[in-house]
Amino acid sequence: MTTQAKPEEAAAGSGGSTAFLSVRDLSVRFSTEDGVVRAVDNLSFEVEPGTTLGIVGESGSGKSVTNLAILGLHNPEKTEIDGSIKLAGQELVGASTKELEKLRGKTMSMIFQDPLTALSPFHTIGKQIGETYRKHTGASKKEARDRAIEMLTKVGIPQPNVRVDDYPHQFSGGMRQRAMIAMSLVCNPKLVIADEPTTALDVTVQAQILDLLKDLQQEMGTAIILITHDLGVVASTAQNIMVMYAGRAVERGTVREVLKTPQHPYTWGLLSSMPNLTGPVDVPLRPVRGTPPSLIHLPSGCPFNPRCDHREKVVGGGCTTERPALLPEAGHATACHLTAAQKQDIFIDQIQPRLG
Amino acid sequence: MLRFLVRRSLGALVILLIISMVTFALFFAIPADPARLFCGKVCSPENLTLIKHSMGLDQSVPMQYWNWLSGIFVGHTYPGGDVPHCDAPCFGWSFVKKDMVLDTLMDRFPTTLSLTVGSAVVFLIFGIGTGMLAAHKQGKAADKIASAASLVATSMQIYVAGPLALWALVYSTDLLDLPTYVPITEDPIGWFSGLLVPWIVLSLIWTANYTRMTRSSMVEQLTEDYVRTARAKGMSGTSVFMRYAWRGAMGTIVTVFGIDLGVLLGGAIITESTFGLHGLGELAIRSFIDSDLSMLVGVTMVAATFIVIFNIVVDAVYALIDPRIRLA
Repeated sequence: MTTQAKPEEAAAGSGGSTAFLSVRDLSVRFSTEDGVVRAVDNLSFEVEPGTTLGIVGESGSGKSVTNLAILGLHNPEKTEIDGSIKLAGQELVGASTKELEKLRGKTMSMIFQDPLTALSPFHTIGKQIGETYRKHTGASKKEARDRAIEMLTKVGIPQPNVRVDDYPHQFSGGMRQRAMIAMSLVCNPKLVIADEPTTALDVTVQAQILDLLKDLQQEMGTAIILITHDLGVVASTAQNIMVMYAGRAVERGTVREVLKTPQHPYTWGLLSSMPNLTGPVDVPLRPVRGTPPSLIHLPSGCPFNPRCDHREKVVGGGCTTERPALLPEAGHATACHLTAAQKQDIFIDQIQPRLG
Repeated sequence: MLRFLVRRSLGALVILLIISMVTFALFFAIPADPARLFCGKVCSPENLTLIKHSMGLDQSVPMQYWNWLSGIFVGHTYPGGDVPHCDAPCFGWSFVKKDMVLDTLMDRFPTTLSLTVGSAVVFLIFGIGTGMLAAHKQGKAADKIASAASLVATSMQIYVAGPLALWALVYSTDLLDLPTYVPITEDPIGWFSGLLVPWIVLSLIWTANYTRMTRSSMVEQLTEDYVRTARAKGMSGTSVFMRYAWRGAMGTIVTVFGIDLGVLLGGAIITESTFGLHGLGELAIRSFIDSDLSMLVGVTMVAATFIVIFNIVVDAVYALIDPRIRLA
C-alpha cells in the first residue's frame, strides 16, 4: 500500500497505473423520471492480480452499479458514465460494444448473485458454459463440451460428464452457483467480479463456494472483486476492503485495518450491527439508525451526516456543508471530518467494547 | 409423453361429452319448435305430429340425446322412412338442409381451414416480426409507430375493417377479387385471389394482437437476469436477442397461438359472415337462426374438438420449449 502511486500520477502515466484494474473518478448517473440518480460518485480504487478486493455497503450504495459499469452492462441511453476504468491499461469507459464483448467473459467476467435467475432455464449447463468458451476461443462444439466438463470437475460437480447435459433447474442451489463460477472462469479471466456470490446459499455451501473461489484464484492468479454485505465473508476471503455509502467510498484499507481499527462512523455502524457470537445472547443488535439517502437528493455535505452519531463533535459543523474527501490517498483512508485523534478516541472508548 | 397424451385425450373425451349434453339441454331450453317451423304456416295438428315423429322430436330429450350419441358409433335410422339411413359415424340429419350433418361439415370445413391457415401464416410472420422489431428498438420511433399502429388495428373490428377493405380494394378500385371460396384442388389461383381480402383483413387485426404480445414478452424477457448474464459472457446483441430473449418469449406466443388456432378453426363467425364465405362460422349462425338442432350440435362439436385438441397440443409443445415443464 505504501508503494501505491498517487492518483494524479497514475492517471497521467501513459499505460495507466501499475494496477491491473484501475478505476479513477468513476461517476455513474441514471436519468429517471424523478431526476438524475447519482448511483456512483467520484469513486477510485485499484485491484492487483491475485488479490481480492471486498466491496461492502448497504443495498443501493452503488456496489453493483460500479461493477456493471466495469463490464459496460448499463444501458448507454439512460446512463452517463464519467471517469476512467482501465483494465490492464485498456480504457473501458467509452470503449465500443464490440471491444467490450471481446473482453467480457474472456478477460473479465462476472458471477451473479442468484444463479437460478442468472442462468437461462432453456439451455443446458454445458451449453451455457461452452458457449462462452466457443465465443472467445472459436472452439468446436465438442471441444466446448469437453471444456465444460473439465470446468464442472474443477468446481466440484459430481459426475460432470452426466450433469453437463442437465438444465439449471435440475441442479441444487449450491451446484448452480458452482456452475455459474465454472461459466465465469471458463476462459481463465484475469478479473472476476463476484456480486454477492453466496447470498442465496446456506452457510455450509457458502463456505465451500468461498473456498472454491480462493483455490481457483491461487491457481490462476485472478484478481477478484467481491461484492457483499456480509463482513464475515470479506474477512475470510479479501485482502483489501472498500466500504461504500451513497455511491462513494467512505473507508478503504486492508482487511485488518478496516475490520480491526475501523475509522469511519458508517463502518462502526456496520460492524456494530453484526451479532457477536461469543457475546451474551440478550444484547440487542445496534442497526445503523435511519435509512439510506435518496440518490437523487443527496444530503448536503457528508451524505452520511443525517445518520451519524458523531457529527456534533466536528468543529465548525462541516458535516452538513462540506463533503469530506477520502484521505489519505494511499493506505488506510476514510472520508470523514472527524480528526484522526477523535476517531481513535471514539473507537477505543465506544466502539471497541461493543464489538467485543 | 405417451402417458400424458393418453390421459389428456381421455379427459378431452369427457369434456366433449359434457359439451354435447349442454348443447342439447340449451337447445331445448330455447322456445323454438323446429317441427312447427318445418311444418310451415298452414299446419294441421296431424301433420305436426307426423313431422315430430319423423324428426324424432316426439321422444324424450334424454332419448334424443342417446340416439344422437349412439348414432356416432352405430349409425341411426330415422323413423318415418323419408330420411336415408345415416351410417356411422352419424352426426345426424339436418331437416333444414336436407343433408347429412357430417357431409355439410366436411363441405364447409375447407373454407374455414383455408381462411385460418392463410391468415395465420401472415399474422404469425408479421406479428412476431413487428413485435420483435419494436422490442429491439424499444422506446425509439420504430417502436412507437409499431405500438401505435397495432393499438389502432387491435381496436378495429372485422365488421368495420371488412367493409372498409372491400370498398377500398374491391368496389371502388377493382384491385382484388370479391371474396369467394374456390377449392384449392380445382383452381389454386382462384382460391388464392378469392381469399386474399379476407386474409388481409383477418390478419391485419391478428397481426396487431401478435405484435403487442410479442413486444411485451420480449421486453419482459430482455430484463431477465439470464439475459444480462449472456451479455456479461460476451455474447453479441443478436445472439442475446434470439437465443435467450426470444427463446423465453416463445412459450407465451406458442401457447396463445395454439388456443387462437383452435378457436379460428371452429369458424371465424364474423369474418365469414362479413365476406359471405360459407365456412363453419357462417353455418353455426345459420343453424341457430333455423333452429337446426342436429347441425348446431355438429358445428359446436367441431369447434369444441379443435379447441380441446389444440389445448393438448399447446401443453405438449410447451414442454418441448421449456425443459422445466414435465408432462405426467
